[in-house]
Amino acid sequence: MSSEQEQESIRCLVAKVGLDGHDRGAHVIARAFRDAGFEVIYSGLHKAPDEIVQAAVQEDVDVLGISILSGAHDTLVPKIMNGLEEYGAKDDTLVLAGGVIPDEDRDELKAQGVSAVFGPGTSIEETIEFVRENAPER
Amino acid sequence: MNADDDALLEALLAGEHRALARVISKIENRSPGYRELVSALYAHTGDADVIGITGSPGAGKSTLVDKLAETYRDRGETVGVIAIDPSSPFSGGAVLGDRIRMAATVGDMDVFVRSMSARGTLGGLSTATADAVKAMDAFGKDKIIIETVGAGQNEIDIVRTADTVAVLVPPGSGDDIQTLKAGILEIADVFVVNKADRPGSDRTVQELQEMIHLGDGGGLGAGGAGHHGADAMDDTDANWGEGPDEEASWTTPIVETVATNGDGVETFIDELANHQTYLVDSGTRAKKVRQRYAEEIRTLLREDVHDMLEDELAAAGGINDLAEAVRKGETDPYTIADELLTPVDDCLDELETGVKNTQ
Repeated sequence: MSSEQEQESIRCLVAKVGLDGHDRGAHVIARAFRDAGFEVIYSGLHKAPDEIVQAAVQEDVDVLGISILSGAHDTLVPKIMNGLEEYGAKDDTLVLAGGVIPDEDRDELKAQGVSAVFGPGTSIEETIEFVRENAPER
Repeated sequence: MNADDDALLEALLAGEHRALARVISKIENRSPGYRELVSALYAHTGDADVIGITGSPGAGKSTLVDKLAETYRDRGETVGVIAIDPSSPFSGGAVLGDRIRMAATVGDMDVFVRSMSARGTLGGLSTATADAVKAMDAFGKDKIIIETVGAGQNEIDIVRTADTVAVLVPPGSGDDIQTLKAGILEIADVFVVNKADRPGSDRTVQELQEMIHLGDGGGLGAGGAGHHGADAMDDTDANWGEGPDEEASWTTPIVETVATNGDGVETFIDELANHQTYLVDSGTRAKKVRQRYAEEIRTLLREDVHDMLEDELAAAGGINDLAEAVRKGETDPYTIADELLTPVDDCLDELETGVKNTQ
């Protein structure tokens, strides 16, 4: 039918991974994304990388935002990226990292496949704009 | 169907999780070609039991679904879960939080949890849910659990999609007058009094019991899932629940659960299984499935006609101008509707005469 109405919405998983109880930032992002018209799935606290991969695959998200304030990003992010690759989901998922991530670690994360790192002080608008412009076309 | 969709369908049938996820996205987005995809799915469906879980917000639906899935997995069955949360009427966005409660089965890929937002369109939710159920069924899931949005008194769409509907009633949901009211309590095949460790749960159970017996004894068709139709009235014996009318023989059971620690979940599953058996033995299942497909066909037609009318409206100068004309008092909505539909009517008439002429 020619007049079928498409109803596409950007789907995001906001993920908290590892032993890190700081979820205020994740909540703020989840709420801001909702208000931007995205569909947000929030993982909840203390998830293992496998659990994040499972959620990202099953929910078929366009965007995976990983919030890490524990300093363990160099260990956890590669595990998630490998998991995504295993299910063929790495190439068309926009992966973002947020939280306390030192400048010198950013290049390594980007080499892993993270598209952008948003540190403290990033404005919400900047993040939303980035997602809108870079969410994968499927 | 194009080559990509063919490959996708094949991957889904081969059991690739990502393919299932992608198909459900296509269904949700109504991407081009999704119709052909869903109609191709139908050939591979019919094996799964579809269970609907509904109840008020915070009643414990997600937590109970999690325990249900865990118990089914322990029994070696695969599970698909569709968890629906509301979307914002303003931004269209949503926070889908049901997944957080599904902690017991996390890490087990044979539990496929999919969160959906109730993108608010005409019939959109029920169609997308029904189609997603088909996708999971074709994928090979044994049990498919649909968790509705937190429901109030009248959100009863779930009966159109699920074989068995469980309604969660937490303790302290109001007095016995609430149980007299029409709506959500009528659609239950199983009642679950969740949070049964809370004070007042005995009373809730008792009130539900009275409600069910009132429906059985009175023969007024108040109990059950609306199976008691005119045919139940033909034979007065049937009104007492023991008669030859097999449709009246399902008495809605009440199960007490504490979902947070899993109490009562086994009993709940047994009652769900009993209901499935009843559906098959009594022939009600065929009737229900028929009703469901009738409803699906109607919804699809409604959506298609709706789309056609939107085009027609756009051609007529858009709805805003028409609405403005009504505001100014130049015309009224009924006249506009008549005017817009007259050419469509004429077309249909012509079509009918055309068919007759060729015969």
